[in-house]
Amino acid sequence: MARTRTLRLNGATQSVDVPDDMPLLWVLRDVLGMTGTKFGCGAGLCGACTVHLDGRPIRSCLTPVSAVDGKAVTTIEAIRHTEVGVRLQRAWLDLEVVQCGYCQSGQIMSATALLAHNAKPSDADIDGAMAGNVCRCGTYVRIRDAIHHAARAPKEPT
Amino acid sequence: MTHDVQVPTGHLSRRALLKGAAGGGLVFAFHLPLRAANEPGQPEDDPMGKFAPNAFIRIDRAGMTSLVMPQVEMGQGVYTSISMILAEELDADFARVGVIHAPPNEKLYANPALGVQATGNSNSIRAWWKPLRSAGASTRAMLVQAAAVRWSVSPSECSTANGQVTHAASGRTIGYGQLTEAAAELPVIRDAQPKDPSRFTLIGKTVKRLDTRGKVDGSVVYGIDAMLPGMTFATVAASPVLGGKVKRVDDAAAKAVPGVHKVVVLDDAVAVVGAHMWAAKKGLEALTIEWDEGSNGQVSSAQMWDELRSASHADGVVAKKTGDVQKGLSSTSRFDAAYELPLLAHATMEPINCTVQVRADACDVWVGSQVVARIQQAAAQALGLAPEKVRVHNHLLGGGFGRRLEPDMAAMAARIAQHVDGAPVKVVWTREEDIRHDYYRPMYRDVVSGTLENGTISTLHYKVCGPSILARWLPPAFQNGIDIDGVDSAVDLPYDIPNLQVEYLRVEPKAVRTGFWRGVGCNNNVFAIESFVDEMARKAGKDPVAFRLAMLGKSPRLKSALELAAARSGWGQALPRRVGRGVCVQPSFASFIATVVEAEVDTQGAVRVRRVTSVVDTGIAVHPDNIVAQLQGGILFGLTAGLYGEITVKNGRVEQSNFHDYRPLRINEVPKIDVQVVQSAEFPGGIGETGTTAALPALRNAIYAATGIALRRMPVDAEVLAGKKPPWR
Repeated sequence: MARTRTLRLNGATQSVDVPDDMPLLWVLRDVLGMTGTKFGCGAGLCGACTVHLDGRPIRSCLTPVSAVDGKAVTTIEAIRHTEVGVRLQRAWLDLEVVQCGYCQSGQIMSATALLAHNAKPSDADIDGAMAGNVCRCGTYVRIRDAIHHAARAPKEPT
Repeated sequence: MTHDVQVPTGHLSRRALLKGAAGGGLVFAFHLPLRAANEPGQPEDDPMGKFAPNAFIRIDRAGMTSLVMPQVEMGQGVYTSISMILAEELDADFARVGVIHAPPNEKLYANPALGVQATGNSNSIRAWWKPLRSAGASTRAMLVQAAAVRWSVSPSECSTANGQVTHAASGRTIGYGQLTEAAAELPVIRDAQPKDPSRFTLIGKTVKRLDTRGKVDGSVVYGIDAMLPGMTFATVAASPVLGGKVKRVDDAAAKAVPGVHKVVVLDDAVAVVGAHMWAAKKGLEALTIEWDEGSNGQVSSAQMWDELRSASHADGVVAKKTGDVQKGLSSTSRFDAAYELPLLAHATMEPINCTVQVRADACDVWVGSQVVARIQQAAAQALGLAPEKVRVHNHLLGGGFGRRLEPDMAAMAARIAQHVDGAPVKVVWTREEDIRHDYYRPMYRDVVSGTLENGTISTLHYKVCGPSILARWLPPAFQNGIDIDGVDSAVDLPYDIPNLQVEYLRVEPKAVRTGFWRGVGCNNNVFAIESFVDEMARKAGKDPVAFRLAMLGKSPRLKSALELAAARSGWGQALPRRVGRGVCVQPSFASFIATVVEAEVDTQGAVRVRRVTSVVDTGIAVHPDNIVAQLQGGILFGLTAGLYGEITVKNGRVEQSNFHDYRPLRINEVPKIDVQVVQSAEFPGGIGETGTTAALPALRNAIYAATGIALRRMPVDAEVLAGKKPPWR
């Protein structure tokens, strides 16, 4: 059923009138016009749609909007307002990680969640946190380097 | 952890944020206008009021330089490299350079190497090197002329740097912006002499890429992100069998799905249009569609391979002949092998999509394409409009790899949009539709024979059997039965082989469309030849590197690259059991590259790539770090194909559908990759596809070294490597 619900989205509240089972991805993209979060597979296989729900990375393509009630949703558009997010974005640019860039919103959201919970991840930690994010351009080598680079970098002012 | 930051939630609000940021510490809680208009970061070309002496350079009065990109950016870094070439010759201030997508215009922006407006074949730098340097140098000459007239001095006394002209003798300097009006009045110069490369200040430097900032904060707009007032959303099911038609549709359940606006039934596809993709997707799933499958409904991969193998016995058209292969072929020491590569999908991360708005006598298209002019033509043809009535808004591409060299998504979207009363309709293919309706990398069979003499190859007979993409895509390039892409890297084989014959045999498969895929024809030929060379080295009792070096006398650049790659990879040093190194050399795309893969094969047949070393001589390296990035990424694209990639067909339908059964390499499988770019003053070569070409044979040869098993078809078969079944022959 469709009903008006209020999302806690990037620190603001946002009302939407959408079906309960509608994945958060399409609410963000098609209803709110927030296209930074990407559609890649629609099946939780590629991570392009990763957003944070109360700080944890989730696949928005599989998460019905009814499941985010009362929880804080953070998307790539707001990640620069987090200290770790700024550090990672800077590392991504400093190391020239990006090629086509389509997967990178999801990569950065997964990496931000990783660093927020594990300040100095090992290669194995990175594999564990990032293996759900596919990059067809093959930027993985630099993603790994950039996460280490960001972990070593001084904290950013927020 | 919670995020209590207060930020605006959409694109239109960015401007508000910029304005508000000056106040500092404000809490933003904007309500987003639903479905804000969302435009690509690159504006459309508008030369009005600017100094625009050619199709590529526009300088405004403030000195801002806009460069029109004749090639599209799909991650390969070409916007930056092309801008560097133009800015180098223009002596522009690179910090004040902006880029613009070229509009569809085959006259102004046709790729000089292809004759059509297309980005592919790793030829952007090679093809545009001369024309863009000339455009930059000529524009610079006009600005110098304008300054010289203004100062009543000789142009030869003036110099340029960072967007300024200087007359050193009188100590005067003027910015390009202030010269635009005077320069625009001058006769156009078209053929000014470019710089001597020794005077390059930008080319060869690693500058920051121009396209990436918006790609780390979600603000970049790909084709799939286009948002327009009144937009509707659609998804489509084309006939699951190629050539099939819609027989009957029951849309009652679909129309009952909340948010579904319309079901559009075309002759070979059905689309559902709705308020958002979710409605469209659920609507499509609720349809019952009966298909008339046509003639392909029973086709299977087994049949397709049988037909290719059976056809491959015929003689091909001779594409290259040196010496006499007949003597060697009748020798009793002749060695024969056949190699096969499967169909592959592109699986760009941005699924195929296109937005179209049809009005009474015109149409707008929002898309990311490698062939902007063909998009215009395809939409025009679908709608019965003149091409100039179709406006194409190109975007950055979320991956191309050759898939976006086809304009089919525009034709499909236009046909759907015709049924939607004037509103823009964004047609997004599901991943399943994207994988199952691709233009697949062809299946190939290569039949090879050779003989050895004095420890080296004396005869090589090589026959490529597979479809011709060029015959469909660029018919004038298909001459005398030879697909020049199909024999690329074979007719220009780098080895000194006295008796060589290369043949091309066109065999078209049923039930699938084939298209260009990263590495194009070179992938197949380098795979088969480098695999065969490795098997010949073993027959000769030679080390694979030494065996190749002895045949590379006429290819000094490749020989040097191989020597360096061998040294950097630790070639010859002892390895643990079931670990091997494999090598590949290639002259593909006018770059000379040697690659060593080190791989481990466990007793269950699982392959782990431990390390990759690649040495690249691409001539003048315009943007060295981007070359490293392209090799890293291209190698992983090739390893993905070698380890996992295969599209199969059953009952006329592609069996794979998403990333679980069309598997990409993931970060936990990625080896260390060492890429060395050789300093060179040679003409610049191509780069974007080279890593993919390198990876497959080097991987295959590493497995050969690790296990002694000579794989002759890819992807790797773990059961074969585990010894549970014999290798395919």
